[in-house]
This record gives sequence, C-alpha cells and structure tokens, in this order.
Amino acid sequence: MSNPTPAALFAAFFRIGVTSFGGGLVAYLRDEIVTNKQWMTPEEFLAALEIGQTLPGLNSVNVAIIAGRKLCGPAGAIAAASGLVIPGALILVALGLLYERFHKNPDVAAALVGIAAAAVGLLLQVTLKIGAKQFLNPLDLFFVLLTFVLVALFHVSLPVVLFLVAPFAIILRRPRKPKASA
Amino acid sequence: MRELVSLLNVFCLLSLLAVGGGSAVLPQMEHETVTVHQWVSATDFATIYSLGQMAPGPNMTMVGLIGYKAAGMAGMLVVLLAFYLPSSFLTYAASHIWDTFKDNPWRDSVQAGMAPITIGLMLAGVYAVGKTASFSPEHSLHFNAITCGVGLAVTGILFAKHINPALLILAGGFVGWFFLKGV
Repeated sequence: MSNPTPAALFAAFFRIGVTSFGGGLVAYLRDEIVTNKQWMTPEEFLAALEIGQTLPGLNSVNVAIIAGRKLCGPAGAIAAASGLVIPGALILVALGLLYERFHKNPDVAAALVGIAAAAVGLLLQVTLKIGAKQFLNPLDLFFVLLTFVLVALFHVSLPVVLFLVAPFAIILRRPRKPKASA
Repeated sequence: MRELVSLLNVFCLLSLLAVGGGSAVLPQMEHETVTVHQWVSATDFATIYSLGQMAPGPNMTMVGLIGYKAAGMAGMLVVLLAFYLPSSFLTYAASHIWDTFKDNPWRDSVQAGMAPITIGLMLAGVYAVGKTASFSPEHSLHFNAITCGVGLAVTGILFAKHINPALLILAGGFVGWFFLKGV
C-alpha cells in the first residue's frame, strides 16, 4: 500500500472537517483513516490516539498531526491538521459575522440564549461520561473536586494547578513494584 | 499590534496547558479573555463557545472568533495559529520519541493521575460557561429555569439516546426563541 500524497491527505481531512458536525471527531478520523482509506491499522491508530490524548492540545488535531507525519512527513502533518481545522474556521467566520450583525435582533438573541444553554448541557454530559470512572473512585473524586474548587471558585491559575496538584495525583498512582516473577 | 501580542501570549500558553483536550482550558480561557483582557463579554464568550459546538471540525476552533472580536481578521489568524501550533509541534516531536516511553510504567501513572484533574478542569469549564449561559442572577427565575432546563434536558437526552449533539444545540436554539423572546 503506497502512502498518500499531502494533497490526498488534505482532501481526506478536509472532508472530515466539513462533515463532522456535533463533535466526536476521533470517531470520524478512525472511520476515514482506518476503515475507508486503510492508511493505518487499528493498532497504529490507537497508538496515535494514546499519544494525542496524553499530550496537550486537542485530541483530534494531535491525531491528525501524528497520522500525517507517519504517512507523509512534515508536509503530511501540516496537510492533515490544516485540512481538519480550516473548514470549521471558515464556517465560524460566517457564524461570527452573522452574530455581529444580528445579535441585537430579539429573535436571534433568544435563540442564542437557548443555544448557549444547550451547549452547557452538552459539555456537562461529555464531562460526566468521560469522568464516570473518576467520579466513582474516592481518591480520583477528591482530585476532581479539588481541581474544580481551586479553578472555578478560587480562580487559581491553570499552570499552578498543573504543577502543584498534578505531581501529587501522579505520585499517588505511581507504578507498583512488579509482583515477584514466578 | 500590542493586542495581537497579548492574544499570542495568552493562546500559546493555553495551547500548551490543554492537557486532556481543549475543554480543560475553558475556565482559564474565560478568565483571561473576559476578566483580564476584556476581549469579549461573558455573554459573548458563552455564545462563541456554543457557536463552536455547531460548526464542524474541532469545536475549539471557536477561539478564532475571540481573536476576531479582539483584533479583526489578523486577531483570528494569530489566535488560531497560537492555539494550534505549539501543541502540534510538541505532538510532532513527541511522536518521534514516543517508542522510548511506550513501555515505561510511569506513563500509565501520568495518565491515571492526570485523568481526575482533567475532569475537574472540564467541570470548572461547565461552571465558567454555565454561570452566564445557564444561571445568571441578572435574569428572572423563569428565564433561569428555562436555560437550566434546556441544559439538563440535553445532558439527559444524550445519556439516554445516541443522537447528534449539533441537532440538540439547534433544538435548544428553538426552545430559546420560543420561550425567551423578549423576556
């Protein structure tokens, strides 16, 4: 199987960038890269996703960077990530201009209130779903609530939380000594 | 020009702090863009965030609109590059050397330890957007009941049914238009 050109990568990711309404981008990426184009094996994709989730940045963009690099080097990484981001950015420019123009219109203002309220519900659902395991584990729940209180209520800045709280959270999860091998 | 540099500074830092995805930096982003630099109002921030949920592609691309409000097209470009490039460079470099760490047991520790912090940050993100979008003391009880109700309904429906969230966001817009027009 020959590797795609940067143009082919751009086209494939652009298509995802146009059609992926409603989030869940990683699933769209997997369908395209693994199932349709067969550019990566499921294992390779999972490895890319693990890196993408561990490092800072959006998981979907990180996966695009890794997949692009694997398939086509630096040009591939640029092609994949920009293909993914550009369509949404253009649509947002249009939405933003409409917002500027019409946000004082009472119909639009009322609809926007409902849209924002619904978006909060979506974020809450994603948080509860991803965090189901953490909410049920007492130690994890302690760190969830500690982080929430520090950031939301006391406005402690994010770097402070990451460099002060995270080390404790990680140390408490340190690797256990492997069981003596039989 | 000074505004562009401020945008660059704020969003590059947010890019590198976005552990566990973009939602984790929402509270910090809200604080920086609304309270500290006043590029957007709290209501703008909530609306821009929700517009991001309606557009295709990575929904954090909405940061571009904050840049647009602060400094026009140049602001949008600066913010998009500032928000996506640093983390992308890091990922690019790390995917080269990843194999070295693949079997290191500390990697699991980092992931397990960071998970609750990411969730706590996302919860703080719900709070940061929700304190204007869902419940605000400026509005009547009726108004707040509807905004909170829409949010909780979306949460409940998404747990009960597999449905495209973008449709629910649009439905929320319809409910808002129907019940809250002129309130």
